[in-house]
Amino acid sequence: MPSHRRALRGWGRSNATVAELFEVPNHELDGALEATGRRGALARGLGRSYGDAAQNAGGVVVRLLGAGHQSVIDPARATATVPAGVSIDDLLRVVVPRGFFVPVTPGTRFVTIGGAIASDIHGKNHHVDGSFGNHVVSLTLRLADGSTAVVGPHDQPDLFWATVGGMGLTGIILEATIALIPIETNRMSVDTSRIPNLDSLFAEMSVTDEAYRYSVAWIDLLAKGAHLGRSVLTCGDHAPLAQLGEADDDPLAFDPHQMVAIPPVPIPSRLLNRLTVAAFNELWFRKAPRHRTDELQSISAFFHPLDFVGSWNRLYGQAGLIQYQFVVPFGEEATMRRVIERLSTSGAASFLAVLKRFGPSNPGPLSFPTPGWTLALDVPGGGPGLAELFVELDRMVLAAGGRHYAAKDALLTPETMRCGYPRLAEWQAVRSRVDPHGMWQSDLARRLHLLDRPEDTA
Amino acid sequence: MKNALGESQTIVLLGGNSDIGVAIVRAAITPFTRQVVLACRDLGRGEVVAAGLRTDQLAVAVVAFDGARPEGHTQFVAGLAEQYGNLDLVIVAYGVLGEAERTRTDVSAAVELAQVNFTGTVGALIAIGNQLVSQGGGSLVVLSSVAGERVRDANPVYGATKAGVDGFCQGYGDWLASQGVHLLVVRPGFVHSAMTAGMKAAPFATTPEKVAEVTVKALHSGRRMVWAPPILRVVFSILRHVPGPVWRRLPLG
Repeated sequence: MPSHRRALRGWGRSNATVAELFEVPNHELDGALEATGRRGALARGLGRSYGDAAQNAGGVVVRLLGAGHQSVIDPARATATVPAGVSIDDLLRVVVPRGFFVPVTPGTRFVTIGGAIASDIHGKNHHVDGSFGNHVVSLTLRLADGSTAVVGPHDQPDLFWATVGGMGLTGIILEATIALIPIETNRMSVDTSRIPNLDSLFAEMSVTDEAYRYSVAWIDLLAKGAHLGRSVLTCGDHAPLAQLGEADDDPLAFDPHQMVAIPPVPIPSRLLNRLTVAAFNELWFRKAPRHRTDELQSISAFFHPLDFVGSWNRLYGQAGLIQYQFVVPFGEEATMRRVIERLSTSGAASFLAVLKRFGPSNPGPLSFPTPGWTLALDVPGGGPGLAELFVELDRMVLAAGGRHYAAKDALLTPETMRCGYPRLAEWQAVRSRVDPHGMWQSDLARRLHLLDRPEDTA
Repeated sequence: MKNALGESQTIVLLGGNSDIGVAIVRAAITPFTRQVVLACRDLGRGEVVAAGLRTDQLAVAVVAFDGARPEGHTQFVAGLAEQYGNLDLVIVAYGVLGEAERTRTDVSAAVELAQVNFTGTVGALIAIGNQLVSQGGGSLVVLSSVAGERVRDANPVYGATKAGVDGFCQGYGDWLASQGVHLLVVRPGFVHSAMTAGMKAAPFATTPEKVAEVTVKALHSGRRMVWAPPILRVVFSILRHVPGPVWRRLPLG
């Protein structure tokens, strides 16, 4: 079975580790797993989790290959059965022309279905539709003992929900059947408004969110004082056919392209500094309309603007970037404000931060979204004072009853993880039942001591 | 494991009583660090060091280790990995200065010094290197010395062992890099420490804390070689080419 030792890293491009990488179709998975040794095995998708979630230092890493056309679409039930290695990009190219959309998409199309379930990803519609796991009808899991299990919300629900958000540590997802959303067109009808400060943003989102299926605010974390939290709020829904002009002869076409790609050349680590990012943020805010309604946008412009720039993470240079995402419950707006104040005065050059309201959570013990406000932000890695900054932010978030998103994380400790996820022991019990010898491992699991038996860390 | 800021959860120091080694450990500890292992021959002194490092959040263990006996190194490192998990940062700081007078004339004293400083150290580096490669990554710090850059009549055996280790590390470090492991060679000048107590300080003398500071900075930037203080790089690029008759007369302490 061909494999190669390869340094793997997350999208944040920090702390690479070396693993034995196999890139195989589903039916060759068992052959690849024969190489599993003491450091275990892990599935990896397209490497879009920011930290070390899809790395397994010194162990086996399997990238399952799959193509969109292998998906089986059931138009009557509005479901798709998809190999785990297929990306949302591939899947959209198959389902959009047939009048369907994925139930949840993150800010990039380049994540796999397996990864979407393992991280229980969320999108701009969380307040209405919940996260990805809510829409999984069933999934097929390759277990540590070599057997496969088909599980769903009504079939071995404990194993199903341990797998949703389970970071790949319950088994390898082979395929999944997911519910699709019917759409009439490939356009989004979008309302955009500039919001002058944080209080207005909280107020505006609390009132208007229910009127839209999709909503998110881009927030300028470098703005201070009276402008603290100034943002651009975009809300939208799939445009009905009636909203398109008659000139549109193919309302369900879907073939997005990348416009540019950042080449793999050395880029100075300080390209993205406080000055350049502040200038960018200013421009972004100014170019947004004060208030505009019913604007038609393409799916990719609305959901995946960063996908127009290939490998944009390279812009951060050698030191990479640190992505930080957390949620605090409703009622903790003051905590969110303190976090944003701390960031705006920290000197860390954060751009493209997004704020969103989460709706109800699902039963997954490690599923990230819980009702409340979530903020996701990027800062360049390697800057001074970052360790202290994040320790301080962690403390504020956890004290408010919040938690962090494992798919974005590479900073948490076993303690901060346990504080944010009080149901971890419940998840560990299911996990050790299906994997008593610790076959599934990852750098994230080792860092956060996820595989320890509950009594070891009590 | 390390985090996105390159901070280590587990730090191991071979030569648990080395002033420079301990200073590097101190500088590398962050709130993210969970355990430190001090490996040394003199467990009693190791415990004293451990007591100074230990906190509620940081476990510090002292384990017996004899750097001069490479035949036990592989088993020793395997035991560390078994007990403490992923070894994120390993610092090899053991070594002896030896009595210059004796090692220059006494064959067994010279061989003994070479056994600790060179043979044992190369053995330890390979044992650790194997472990870090098999765990898919990690960082390794080795204390070299400017004494190995151009060996002086003052202490030729010591200088030669450092030259040997330094040379080994340059080649071995490049190989480790191809395997995803970072080896950093630190070349300090004269350092005020227990090892040099009572000796006359050489120019550009520094302290363990200063050496530790440049070491940790170099660990984060991914450099494979660092001088402490950094100016010594410039100084020695000149000294290396000074004609012999002049070199021998230089007042280098």
